[in-house]
Amino acid sequence: MTTTKITNLKPGDPLPGRAYAPDNVQNFMYSAALWNAHRIHFDMPYATEVEGYPGIVMSGPMLGDWLTQCVIEWLDGAGQMTQLEYSNRKAAYIGETVTSGGRVLSVDHDTGSARLEIFIKNEAGDVIVPGTAVVAFNKP
Amino acid sequence: MSTAQQQVTSPEPDRKNSESTGGLLSDDLLACIGRTSAPRTEIASRREIRKYSIATGWKKKEYLNGDEAPPLFHLALFWDMVELDKLTPDGVSIDELLPKFPLEKAMAGGLSIDYFRPIMAEDVLVATRTLTNIYEKSGSQGPIIFYEVIMRVETAAGELVLTEKTTRLLR
Repeated sequence: MTTTKITNLKPGDPLPGRAYAPDNVQNFMYSAALWNAHRIHFDMPYATEVEGYPGIVMSGPMLGDWLTQCVIEWLDGAGQMTQLEYSNRKAAYIGETVTSGGRVLSVDHDTGSARLEIFIKNEAGDVIVPGTAVVAFNKP
Repeated sequence: MSTAQQQVTSPEPDRKNSESTGGLLSDDLLACIGRTSAPRTEIASRREIRKYSIATGWKKKEYLNGDEAPPLFHLALFWDMVELDKLTPDGVSIDELLPKFPLEKAMAGGLSIDYFRPIMAEDVLVATRTLTNIYEKSGSQGPIIFYEVIMRVETAAGELVLTEKTTRLLR
């Protein structure tokens, strides 16, 4: 599987993504797992009336985690992620569905590695969390 | 991430990478470059890994079982934990590694991580954070202050696990 995956890999190949529609329960569990008490993630009156957001804000690093899920699920055990970069450019709110995805940017057969573009898009199709990753494939 | 209860040391600043274009950054502020937090040790318990993996919706069995940690688990493991009276009214703790900046509206930032080995269940990990840069740029809506913090995570035996550079923007 490992050899086949990098042998056949070429720039432009897509990474399958997932749709995520977190509810308040998941958003709460994520904040609890971090011990993050920031009220914009669970207190609707505070988020909307004090901070001026249109709703409960999805946690930024949770969106970052979904980028890594895109990479790791695509790798399916064929290698490891060695580098990750991303930035949260725009907020997403509970009630929205966001989608992960990506594509292969380059393949280095000498080192057995590949560079990937990954993203989270909102329902309007805007990339709200752009990122890149480098993966190293297991040696055959 | 904040570190309100961490002891902070301030060595001689390394300003070779700093820049200032608008005069918002005083010498005292720039002197904070190089500040390092006291090392913080945490155990990557199977239960904490499981909680994180379930909350983020992972499907990978090794993560859900808590055998191995997902790539961003260290964010949870080293998230600041302070007593209630150390939280601000919005529920956020104050990062004592950072100086008081003349701009305070935090905007989106970026994260860059190099991975050297996975985090496995019951690993004892040590994290150290350093404020590595502060600089200012002109934006379309006014000046923006950038700062960078590098977190280095090692095992208790000194094996490098990951390095993470966080860049934050203030308007």
